[in-house]
Amino acid sequence: MIAENTSSPKIIVKDLSFYYGNYRALKDINLNIAEKMVTAFIGPSGCGKSTLLRTFNRMYQLYPKQKATGEILLDGANILDNKQDLNTLRAKIGMVFQKPTPFPMSIYDNIAFGVKLYESLSRHDMDERIEWALRKAALWTEVKDKLKQSGTGLSGGQQQRLCIARAIAVKPQVLLLDEPTSALDPISTAHIEKLIDELKEDFTIVIVTHNMQQAARVSDYTAYMYLGDLIEFGDTSVVFTNPKRKETEDYITGRFG
Amino acid sequence: MLSLYTRRRIINIAGLIISVLAMAFGLFWLCWILWTLLENGLPALTPVVFSQMTPPPGSDGGLLNAIAGSLMMTLVGTLIGTPIGILAGTYLAEFGQRGWLAPITRFINDVLLSAPSIVIGLFVYEIYVVHVKHFSGWAGALALSIIVIPIVIRTTENMLRLVPTTLREAAAALGAPQWKIINFVTLRAARAGIITGVMLAIARISGETAPLLFTALNNQFWSSNMDQPMANLPVVIFQFAMSPYEDWQKLAWAGALLITLSVLTLNILARVLFRQRATTH
Repeated sequence: MIAENTSSPKIIVKDLSFYYGNYRALKDINLNIAEKMVTAFIGPSGCGKSTLLRTFNRMYQLYPKQKATGEILLDGANILDNKQDLNTLRAKIGMVFQKPTPFPMSIYDNIAFGVKLYESLSRHDMDERIEWALRKAALWTEVKDKLKQSGTGLSGGQQQRLCIARAIAVKPQVLLLDEPTSALDPISTAHIEKLIDELKEDFTIVIVTHNMQQAARVSDYTAYMYLGDLIEFGDTSVVFTNPKRKETEDYITGRFG
Repeated sequence: MLSLYTRRRIINIAGLIISVLAMAFGLFWLCWILWTLLENGLPALTPVVFSQMTPPPGSDGGLLNAIAGSLMMTLVGTLIGTPIGILAGTYLAEFGQRGWLAPITRFINDVLLSAPSIVIGLFVYEIYVVHVKHFSGWAGALALSIIVIPIVIRTTENMLRLVPTTLREAAAALGAPQWKIINFVTLRAARAGIITGVMLAIARISGETAPLLFTALNNQFWSSNMDQPMANLPVVIFQFAMSPYEDWQKLAWAGALLITLSVLTLNILARVLFRQRATTH
């Protein structure tokens, strides 16, 4: 099925299939990711939502037995093309993972690490960039006096916001969030959700979540996936209040999954 | 018929008693060894030990040349073995997922890890000492480095594998090339464990006798020339302890205590270091 949405698409997925060895984990996925909106992927465990997310920055290429077929167009250019440079792609598409992943270095260096890969900034400009990213990630006031301390010493929620700051410091266009709050407490989760709302002013956001209320709260569009198929895709309000497909309704009402 | 709860309690207590006895049995010998060492070694451990050379039988002397020789060869052996070990261990952990080279390397490394050290001594004798026609400190250091390499490879690989995959993915997701991921993220995350491995390797080689017997041999006199036969604590202990001279035997006790204390210190340091880093990460 082909899902349409109204605003201009940042990413267009065409007939995407994905294989773990011989196992086909995604089956002919077609969907559009709208620019500067939040798109959520929901579905039961193993449905392929994380797999789909990880094709957008070709994360799967770390693993020799995984491959994707079809097309993913980012601003019209196919990123699955072998000619696509991985580093440039990942500069445009940032990612935040389920578990916070601060590097074993200071808070400052955690953020500078990504920036240094693409830009050589003066000390002053780097300081400004780091403050900008930390402010964007709503972490600045909490860490401004301890930028030299290890990033691993922060609380889980702070670590996750540090990871968001690290991802946006590179100034990507798209932000991929892979269950960003599933390891966090409710207060930290609320922080991050509020942040997602603010970040969509600047970034196109794709979020994978197990939590349907979260998808309903933060996203503009929702895709429901099951066993590697895209079952339903559309406006979040429509998907949650008036789903077209019976399977979607069963899942979101808790009768299944 | 006993109740389930009582039966479990009895089994629990029986298990506990057996475990404690087993531990006591092991500790008993360790304590005995340490006690004998301290009893015989401490009186012999005078300042002269650190200030004079190994004496001929019947005269006064110390272990200065042997201590210095051991330190030099251990240092050189570690300096040669550590970089090779860390690089090879990094290869196995970070690039060893595909291909045939890594499994073979890993297997050979395991063999090397358990190879008797006397075989390593004979090997260096055969490939180096025979060709230059004399024993030397270099040969000793070489033999020690061959013992260091497999230990460091193994600990480096294991420690790098403990680094969560998500950390590598996070660095890759920023667009970092693999060499940067390894240098700045994974090796840093595994640093404490790798340093611990190196320290344990140092502890291991500082007590090795067999590989030095065929390579560095021994030297009665002060020599800092690595191209000459070199005095070292293990071989001096071996020689002096076997001798009929009482003052030599005393020096052997002092040397044995010295080695044990330094190995013990290294082990404790390694543990403290590992624990400290483990809690901050």
